[in-house]
Amino acid sequence: MTEIFGIPVAVILGQLMLGLVNGSFYAMLSLGLAVIFGLMGIVNFAHGAFYALGAFAALLGLQWLGINYWAALVLAPLAVGLIGVVVERLFLRHLYKLDPLYGLLMTFGLALVIEGSLHQFFGASGQSYPVPAALSGAVNLGFMILPIYRAWVIAVSVVVCFSTWFVIERTRLGATLRAATENAPLLQAFGVNVPLLVVATYGGGVALAALAGVLSAPVILVSSQMGNSLVIVVFAVVVIGGMGSILGAVVSGLTLGVVEGFTKVIYPEASNIVVFVIMALVLILRPAGLFGKE
Amino acid sequence: MMKLKILAIGVAVALASMARTQSVVAEDVVIGDIDDLSGTYADVAGTGAVEAVKMAIADFGGSVLGRKIVILVADHQNKPDIGASKFREWADQNGLNMLLGGSNTGVSIAMAKVAAAKKIPLFAIGAGGSSLTNEDCTAYTVHYVYDTTALANGTATTIVQGGGKSWFYLTADYAFGTQLQNAASKVVEANGGKTLGAVRVPLAASDFSSFLLQAQGSGAQVLGLANAGEDFSNSLKAANEFGITKKMKPAALLAFITNIHSLGLQTAQGLYLTTGFYWDLNDDTRAFSKRYFDKTKKEPTMDQAGYYSATMTYLKAVKAVGTTDADKVMSELKKTRINDMFAKGGYIRADGVMVHDMYVMQVKSPQESKYPWDYYKVLKVMKGEEAFGPITGLCPLAPK
Repeated sequence: MTEIFGIPVAVILGQLMLGLVNGSFYAMLSLGLAVIFGLMGIVNFAHGAFYALGAFAALLGLQWLGINYWAALVLAPLAVGLIGVVVERLFLRHLYKLDPLYGLLMTFGLALVIEGSLHQFFGASGQSYPVPAALSGAVNLGFMILPIYRAWVIAVSVVVCFSTWFVIERTRLGATLRAATENAPLLQAFGVNVPLLVVATYGGGVALAALAGVLSAPVILVSSQMGNSLVIVVFAVVVIGGMGSILGAVVSGLTLGVVEGFTKVIYPEASNIVVFVIMALVLILRPAGLFGKE
Repeated sequence: MMKLKILAIGVAVALASMARTQSVVAEDVVIGDIDDLSGTYADVAGTGAVEAVKMAIADFGGSVLGRKIVILVADHQNKPDIGASKFREWADQNGLNMLLGGSNTGVSIAMAKVAAAKKIPLFAIGAGGSSLTNEDCTAYTVHYVYDTTALANGTATTIVQGGGKSWFYLTADYAFGTQLQNAASKVVEANGGKTLGAVRVPLAASDFSSFLLQAQGSGAQVLGLANAGEDFSNSLKAANEFGITKKMKPAALLAFITNIHSLGLQTAQGLYLTTGFYWDLNDDTRAFSKRYFDKTKKEPTMDQAGYYSATMTYLKAVKAVGTTDADKVMSELKKTRINDMFAKGGYIRADGVMVHDMYVMQVKSPQESKYPWDYYKVLKVMKGEEAFGPITGLCPLAPK
């Protein structure tokens, strides 16, 4: 078998693929975080909890109402996004004039409340969500067996990330959003409803987290803690990409997924810290992040 | 207005702190439980185990030697320093008489050191590492439910004798995982099998597929899962998804009934595993489990049943010697035979192992399962001595 640095090519390709799958989740989650931070200046610590809520919404929808995966893909993010809207109206909007620290504390507390409630009502056991029939099975790529569902995750992630980037960077709506972050009072003077924009942004960011949650439900067990370990990594991804940079979030999400995948082969013990090592290096060399503007 | 707000916050904080530290009177008999209540192992013991201890205290009558029995609970978050410092705090300030140690061998090793220093009996329930009764043994440690030696003697022996000769391990990267892997590979090699490799996986990893692909690349016949809790469930789920279980036989070196329940029989069927307790073994286990189920809506894991049994065993010993003095209780514990819904004729050895029968199980297929939670068939009952093996001599308290 051909080898590169003593590692068989098949293994490298396999890990590249898996890295992309994990990176897709990182990208989608960090995208939501970056949008929320970039446009609102809120460090949304509740992102992992909304991700778990998305997965639970899909699971409960299936168990209680018989809503299938495809409908859940749309309905769960909508429902959770709506919760995000309520959160913004009730709590977050009072914090914009204060130090960003308050937003961080607020959302951190919110995450504890959401995860604690899920734990209370549904227990600590993870629950299985079946892979939808149309996406079950696996394809043999020659170098590995790839479950079709994982390929689907990559595809959805690419589409979602690209559309979000496109909306914000290339459309009139996106231009208005960005203008709101630059100078909200001026924009309001032009007759634009800025508070509506802000609440839509938060709802949208939260819905992205919930969508990632629905996507992950068939892959890992659905539990109250599922977002816990992920959200810290995703924060590191956002910092590496540059706080608030959408392109940065997506590119570094995918890249770090792959880097992490290779670490799992070369030195598995370090696989859960490699992202943070990179974050430290980036902060030393380029404090604004790889794609951030000073 | 501002003053009112500050006042309100003050009251809230005071209330919160009151709720956290249950008031303990000096004369109470205090039983502590330090466990993973929120992480990857929360399902294995966790709040269910607390419920089991409460059941035991209630069944005992709520008091012993005329003293009220109270329970303290803390979450160690899988961090040894938190477990040890909470134990020390309770010992110094709350008059702790006995500690029940939950999941995580690393935490239990740290707590055993405190048990020795403070002279407080420690019933290690959820931790698997057999070092607790070998290199890390103390005069106050009782290893009650299972250990890595018994798991390997059960599951690994069954698989290697059934023809699974070459093994690759997916190992949780801390004390428990390495001890379990070592115990299993010793058994495998003693039976003419060999270890082709292992990958050390960080605890509570979010994705296992990369590691599994490496296992597949090894060409081994058996995938030894030397992990537990949610990590076990997620790794087996991924192994199925990637078609790895078609070519490799998965060995659940430590699985609990709640894992099987989460995964579903479709995924878990055919698995071999070793357990110290199963709810559907006999009338005693069914009677206890029914009462437990009524409270928690789940059948108890071996750890949760062990929490109940250990609490009872301790309280009986206290009653027998008429004191909570640790040395007297320990010597009584090492003299008694344990006969309850958990163990028949169990006894605590000089090194601290509670020797009792262990069961090698196979997970039923969906067709074989006739009623809810009908998950296991008993392949073999291992006598305590066979399961836990002879005294190794590594513990200074128990020379060979």
